[in-house]
Amino acid sequence: MTDSVTFQLTVNGADRVVEGAWLGESLLYVLRERLGLPGAKNACEQGECGSCSVRVDGTLVCACLVLGASAAGSEVVTVEGVAGDAGGLTDVQQAFLSQGAVQCGFCTPGLVMTVHDLLERNPTPTEVELREAISGNLCRCTGYGRILAAAQAVVAERSGSGRSQRETPS
Amino acid sequence: MSLTGERVRGGLGESARRPDGGPKVAGSFVFSSDLTADGMVWGSILRAPYPHARIRSIDIGPALALPGVHAVLTAADVPGDSSYGLEHADQPVFADDTVRYIGEAVAAVAADHPDTARRAARAIVVDYEELEPLVEAEAAITAEPIHPDGNVFAHLTIRHGDTTASGDVVVEGDYEVGMQDQAFMGPESGLAIPDGDGGVDLHMSTQWLHVDRDQVANCLGLPHDKVRMSLAGVGGAFGAREDVSMQVHLCLLALHTNRPVKMVFSREESFLGHVHRHPARMHYRHHADKDGRLVKVEARIVLDGGAYASTSRPVLVNACCFAAGPYAVPNALVEGWAVRTNNPPCGAMRGFGAVQACFAHEAQMDKLAAALDLDPVELRLRNAMKTGDRLVTGQVVTGAAPVEELIRTCSGWPLPAEDPEPDPMTLPGGAGRTADGSRLRRGVGFAVGFKNLMYSAGFDDYSTARVRLEGGVATVTCAAAEVGQGFVTLAEQIVREVLGVDEVILAPPGTADIGSAGSTSASRQTWMSGGAVERAALAVRDRRDAGEREPIEETYEYHHPPTSPLDENGQGNAHVSYVFAAHRAVVDVDLDLGLVRVVEVATSQDVGRVLNPLQVIGQVEGGIAQGVGLAVMEEIVMDRGVVRNASFTDYLIPTALDMPDVAIAALVEEPEPGAPFGAKGVGEPPTISSSAAVAAAIRAATGLALTRIPVRPQDIALAHRDSTKLA
Repeated sequence: MTDSVTFQLTVNGADRVVEGAWLGESLLYVLRERLGLPGAKNACEQGECGSCSVRVDGTLVCACLVLGASAAGSEVVTVEGVAGDAGGLTDVQQAFLSQGAVQCGFCTPGLVMTVHDLLERNPTPTEVELREAISGNLCRCTGYGRILAAAQAVVAERSGSGRSQRETPS
Repeated sequence: MSLTGERVRGGLGESARRPDGGPKVAGSFVFSSDLTADGMVWGSILRAPYPHARIRSIDIGPALALPGVHAVLTAADVPGDSSYGLEHADQPVFADDTVRYIGEAVAAVAADHPDTARRAARAIVVDYEELEPLVEAEAAITAEPIHPDGNVFAHLTIRHGDTTASGDVVVEGDYEVGMQDQAFMGPESGLAIPDGDGGVDLHMSTQWLHVDRDQVANCLGLPHDKVRMSLAGVGGAFGAREDVSMQVHLCLLALHTNRPVKMVFSREESFLGHVHRHPARMHYRHHADKDGRLVKVEARIVLDGGAYASTSRPVLVNACCFAAGPYAVPNALVEGWAVRTNNPPCGAMRGFGAVQACFAHEAQMDKLAAALDLDPVELRLRNAMKTGDRLVTGQVVTGAAPVEELIRTCSGWPLPAEDPEPDPMTLPGGAGRTADGSRLRRGVGFAVGFKNLMYSAGFDDYSTARVRLEGGVATVTCAAAEVGQGFVTLAEQIVREVLGVDEVILAPPGTADIGSAGSTSASRQTWMSGGAVERAALAVRDRRDAGEREPIEETYEYHHPPTSPLDENGQGNAHVSYVFAAHRAVVDVDLDLGLVRVVEVATSQDVGRVLNPLQVIGQVEGGIAQGVGLAVMEEIVMDRGVVRNASFTDYLIPTALDMPDVAIAALVEEPEPGAPFGAKGVGEPPTISSSAAVAAAIRAATGLALTRIPVRPQDIALAHRDSTKLA
């Protein structure tokens, strides 16, 4: 390709050099195809589905709508950079598993990013706030019920109140 | 409950965890679009911009001249069969002289960058002569054929009982269902790797590896074993991956360039590149006696199959077989057509013909209830199908048919309270904050539906599984496609239950390692591949219990009982088993804006036996989401054969704000005779009658007839201008 550029990104705390990229490549493409980080997904590549949600300088964005080169100098965090204690799964990821929020899993990394982002900004969302926060993340498998249950389980756990609003069978 | 009398940890009946769950939440699960290989190039397909056209000439020169382009292929480069198809090979790999739908593949390109590939595809010069598109299904029956194989994919007549019978009360109606898209999240994608010996390995997200493999090999002109397919991570399916999409193109490019070739459809291309749910037009006439007992159901169903056959024939068979709904109907006359048009090809989607028929038969039941001045639920109870009743095909229902219990439990579920001061976000229009609530009306609607489990009408449906026990670890090999539904969890649960082992490993599914598992469709894998895994595990257990030393390995090919095709009167024992569900929807409607908020969907479902509670709930909630979508928002908008909304900006699927609360009133566990563990498939029923229930609720709220889904805002807000639409 013509117009190739070289730039440096900080991804999940590590400096990564992107060489020979086409200037028009999205951050999503750079992460997935140049840096070997396919955790951000490519369900629509036009900012409608949230499957490519990553954080750029702390702000949740659709990586498909950000030019890769424009993220130079920014701190990018992808789902691969999300980890709980001792590098294990986070409480949100654990809750997705225990509450049955995962089916095909294509929307899951984006939703994990979104739920973490929401709960940092608003630790005790109402159900409507929760629904609004994840309404930019499309899921076709679950009907969102177990995803809401997972988020509510995390809220309950973090606030120490025990049971969440949505019960899930054991 | 346990086969061994003891409860096994992670066995049947527990909400065992998905084995692929950890990688999926961590972002490390490898989907087909995540694949990569050394020396890989990227494929792209040039698609036709017209629904019907003659191709005068194709000049690939400008594409080949672009730096970075490795190959440009057209119909002339297909070495084997020029066409493919699931049932009938009538779809060209590349349009040769004629384009029959918008988005039909014309050429394919391989290049060193996906954008180069796309630019090269656009650089191909095609001289088209536009032709008049045939877009009306009814007209297609008698129109000049647009394909050498004719315009009628299937025509079926069911004559049951006395077709001249008539009832005291007769209600009649015309109904229409729009074209729904499966809209899975993971776009079509795959990686083809040439083996250097004339063969190819194809890693692909699909629903049925072996039948893909056969179609691909036929088009490549290769022996079937020279094409090896492996399942790559599947980002949802819902029927849209049952047909071949890019498989042949990818392999052609790989063999031509002698390099690994990856292709990923854009979302627009995904909308154009897979089959959809058949749009339907249906005319119904119901006859009942004065007490509300059904005397006869007459139906004429016309399905628009689009340009190529796909599964139009079996979809029509289903629509006709289940046309009268889950009711005892002594007499019936059903005529069905599935036809070819210049609209996009239609095929499998969750519910497979039963969804369209259910919308019509349930609207008719409500109309009949109104004519009889009976409660709609009471009318359904009076006619509810039970074990021993006959379908309109004459077949006796021998298995579980707990329709009455489903109706009673679902209709008896407490109604949600009306919030006197609702959050504006929960009003119709939601985040748009458009409604003010001043002309808000609540409505409640009810619907019941059913369909067959597994393949029908004489198809030899089977699945193959191998279980190997070594060192206390069981390894399962089965080509069943995990598409999100959770068969991987179930396979582990079954093996733990039968063998009492803790550790179960699932081998990667591929055609080189084992025979077909059949398709992940028709709610069939729990029964078919579950049955194959169970039988293989039981055979291993028998040998172990006889004292044989490990390793012990057994392979089992599980067939369901044989079925028969329908005869010339549409009669015959075509099905193995049925699954039923009831839905009750509550909606709020803004009469001025025509906007609908679905408040709650309650459901009762016939499940045979719950093998994994959490996964059953996931299927129920997810299936209802797709039913709600079809009822109020999801439609591929066609304009004389041109798709107008091939994006998630314009084709809307429910978000978390659109999705109502789901209340599971009952999962009715009446074990199905002959089914492994007594369990029925659970994936499709949530989608069958949920759309009909939502439509009924909107009718109740508005008083409008609303004979078409999806119900659009203008169908409500502008309805007063057309008094004939008032119920």
